[in-house]
This record gives sequence, C-alpha cells and structure tokens, in this order.
Amino acid sequence: MPKKFVADFNVIQNTALNKTNFLIKIQTESKLPGILPGQFVNVEIKNSQEVFLRRPFSIFEVDYKLNTLAMIVKILGKGSEKLTNIRVGDTLSLVYPLGKHFTKPSASDKILLVGGGSGVAPMLFLAKESGLPKQQVDIILGARTQADHINVQHYSDFATLHYSSEDGSLGEKGFVTQHSVFTQNLKTYDKVYACGPDGMMKAVARQAKLAGVFCEVSLENLMACGFGVCLCCIEPTTKGNLCVCTDGPVFNINELKWQI
Amino acid sequence: MADLKVRLHDLEFKNPITLASGTCGFAREMAEFFDPALLGGFFLKGSTLKNRDGNEYPRMAETAAGMLNAVGLQNKGVDYFIENIYPEIKDYDTQLIMNVNGSTVEDYIELAEKVNELDKINAIELNISCPNVKEGGMAFGVTCPGAEMVTREVRKVYHKTLIVKLSPNVTDISEIAKAVERQGADAVSLVNTFLGMAIDAEKRVPKLSTITGGLSGPAIKPIALRMVWQVANAVKIPVVGIGGIMNATDAIEFMLAGASIVQVGTAIFKDPMIALKIVKGLDEYLDRHNIQSANNLIGSLQV
Repeated sequence: MPKKFVADFNVIQNTALNKTNFLIKIQTESKLPGILPGQFVNVEIKNSQEVFLRRPFSIFEVDYKLNTLAMIVKILGKGSEKLTNIRVGDTLSLVYPLGKHFTKPSASDKILLVGGGSGVAPMLFLAKESGLPKQQVDIILGARTQADHINVQHYSDFATLHYSSEDGSLGEKGFVTQHSVFTQNLKTYDKVYACGPDGMMKAVARQAKLAGVFCEVSLENLMACGFGVCLCCIEPTTKGNLCVCTDGPVFNINELKWQI
Repeated sequence: MADLKVRLHDLEFKNPITLASGTCGFAREMAEFFDPALLGGFFLKGSTLKNRDGNEYPRMAETAAGMLNAVGLQNKGVDYFIENIYPEIKDYDTQLIMNVNGSTVEDYIELAEKVNELDKINAIELNISCPNVKEGGMAFGVTCPGAEMVTREVRKVYHKTLIVKLSPNVTDISEIAKAVERQGADAVSLVNTFLGMAIDAEKRVPKLSTITGGLSGPAIKPIALRMVWQVANAVKIPVVGIGGIMNATDAIEFMLAGASIVQVGTAIFKDPMIALKIVKGLDEYLDRHNIQSANNLIGSLQV
C-alpha cells in the first residue's frame, strides 16, 4: 500500500488573510490518509514559465469528514505568488503527506508554541491536535506589525493566544523571545515548538537550550523533490547531512549544528 | 497491448522506462508511491567506496525549464548499501542497477568487485560524468584516454552488464562512446547533466555553494536527444537515453533516435508517478501506430 500520494484536489477557498498571506482550502474525492502536525504537502505550480518545481507548504487544517486540507500560503517568490492567484474550482496537484511530524506531547505536558509569520500554520494545527486542555497550551504569535498578523482568534478554543509585534501595534512590543510569557515562564514548559523565520527559530532554540527545555523546530530548506531522493534540502546534523523533507522538517534542536 | 519488453545487452527489461540515478533514491523511496515492479528498472543513487557527505547547502537552483544541482554524491558508502539497503530492495521484481563512482581508478575497481558479488544487481552504471565532485567523476569522462582507462580496468573485474554513463560536457561525445566501446563497455548511458551556473543578482552571489552545478530537466532535452542520436549512429552497443524526459512523447523520441531504454530523472521531482504514466503512454502509442513490440521502435527514425 502506498504511503505517499500524488493527487488532484479541488480548490474550495482562497482567502487573503492579510497583504501577503492567503488561506487556501482544497478538497479531494478520495479518503485522506492520516496527517500529523508538522507534515507538509508539495504543490504543483501550473502554467508558469519561471516556476519548474513544486512548492512545499505546511498543513494547517485537516478535515477527514469533508476530505479537506488547508494551508497558509505566504507570498515569498514567483511560485507562491502564482499559487495565490488560484481560484475556487481550479485543480491543485499535491504530493502528500510528506515529512516527519512534531513529537506528540504527553497528556501531562505543558507546551509552548511559537509561530512567526506563516509559521503559525503548523503551530495552530499542533495546538488543535495535541488533545491537551487549553490550560496546558500557550501560543506566542509574532509578526513585525499588526497588519502582518493573521487573525486566528478562533484558535483560542484550543490554546491561550499571546501576541507580540516588533512595533508594539499588537500585543507586547518586541520579538517573540522578548514576550513576557517566554522570558518569565520558559522553564515551566515541558515542550517548546517553533516554526517561522530562521532568526526567530534560532532565538527560540538558544533560549530553550539554555533553559534545558525540549524544543523542536520546523525547517524550510530549499527543496526539489520533497520525498528524499534528490538530497538537495540537506541540513547538517549530529547524524550527518539529513534531508529536511524526509528526516525533517521537524528537528529536535539538539540534533542541529546551529551555532546558538 | 503491445509487447513492451526490450533488451539491453543481456538484460531483459519488462518495459523501456527506468528511473535515473540520483532522482529515485534506492528505489525504496519510490516504493512509497507505487509498486517498483511496474517499471523496467531503477538506476540507484550513486555509490562510492566510503561515506561522502556531499557538498554544502545550497545544492539546488531552479532554472527556466529545469534545475541545477550540486549534491556531490552524498551517500553512505557501498558497504552500508550492501548491509542495510540491498536486503530491503533485492527482491523488487525489476532491474536494479548500481551507479558507481570513484576518485581513482582503484576506487572504481574495488566498487565493481563488491557489486559483482550481489546476485540481484545485474549491471553497473559506471559514472565517469559527475560534474559535482572535485576528484574523479567527470575528470575521467571528458577525455578518451581517461574514459578508456576506467572502462578497461573495471571490465577486467566486472563480469555482468557494464554500462558507462557519459558526460555531455565534451567536444564530441561519440568519440568518448567509441572509446568505451573499444574497452568492452556493454552499453552507454547518456547524458549526465550539463555544467551550468546560476547567480542571485540582488545578492551578487552564486546560487550554489559550489558556484557551478549540473543542469537537468526539459531545458536540456533537445541537446541530449541530438547526442543520443549521434552516439547511436557511432557505436554498435546499445544506448540508454537520458535528458529532460517529461512525458511519453519525449521517451518515444529518444527511442526513435536509437535508445534501447530511457531513464526518467528530474521529471520525478515534479511528479513521482510520472514514469508509470510514460509506460502507459508508450503502450498507447505503439497500439496506435500498430507497432507490435517496443523493440521495433528503437532507432527507427526515418531520415
């Protein structure tokens, strides 16, 4: 039985969340396989002269009853820009589900999720799927300014949401690692998870390491295949060069050779 | 249903569609998508004698209708393959072909001797054309004396089907093909990637850590097709066609030009199932043209 699939999905929603982030929801006629937070899909960008390869996106939401997937697409280049022009009713080809998922927290764990920019997607998915009571789940969502934040208020059912922005226009002023929840309570968490820009994840990892707290991050290295055959997206680790697409994208910070 | 079986030297392929080395892992990665028995064969990820970490990140740059790579033969070494990977894949009902790489002639010989012992590996593809390693690799494949020497020495110790993978980064690829034929190669496969380069103009830096890398994808297809046609006309041994094959028509073109089998490579990154679609498309083409056997397609270009 196959574990990974190439399938066409129908686009059922494409909503601008702010200037650069779009929520794209897609549906398949076949039954979805099990998908866990941290895993990703590799999406074909059709009819583009400039874009040859697929583009990877974290899975944001899964609905097994309706067989839908959602992802948050941030415009970073020509591929993602083209993708955000897709219309309801269009077809999207996916290779999925790819990559390793975040370590599932145990029932007694108190967890902290840190998401920056479109990196909030897998963090919110993890919060929802963790199965933990809301009191045990904190999320810090960071962005440059209020306008860059994505409205995810409905996730307050699953976690306590905290905001930070570099200009102070939403939540506490500063980086996610300067947020009071992070600076004052870091050691009280059993597990810390982060997804977002490299600099943000490294800052989270540095503090988590100092505090001796379990920490996983989700990397975004440039990929060609997405399923472990091209060996292009490698990350140096304690086990040698590993593929971010199959050995990751989720890595424990102790495995990485980050100079932090 | 036409007969899709073809031969390459003394190897039988259930169909002429195989996957190229470096784009299909060790076949087990593809088995997560489909049954490997549906394809003619798999040219496995390039192996070296010892573990190689490969080049530094970034190793890939997307280009117009293709991509550059500079992986640099990252692999855990042939002994790791024999102990840990071979047992898992050896019973796949398809042709498994080892792609072997050395820094020195001695490396190639030792590798060939080790692979010779593996019952379920019926051929090796001698890679004298990797553009992404500092020593060996393409250095052997870009001169007739270099290509001849490696082929001659490996031929002495390897007793099954010996395929030599040629570099397109030469003045006349058919001269290299003739040189390896003289030294006992049973087949040639071509082409490996074209040496290329990509620059990030905004940052004013190369896009690859190695500055240059190998270009693959549909961008190279017309050149690869021309080279396959030239080589097929220059040698008597069979030819394996490689270079930017994206669909059944591309594969058929390579066979018309003289390829006995073809390798699909970079297209797999766009669609891991593409080779199965190509098998189906080839079958339909043969039926539509009333051609009974895929064999009849090989080199049947009318000029």
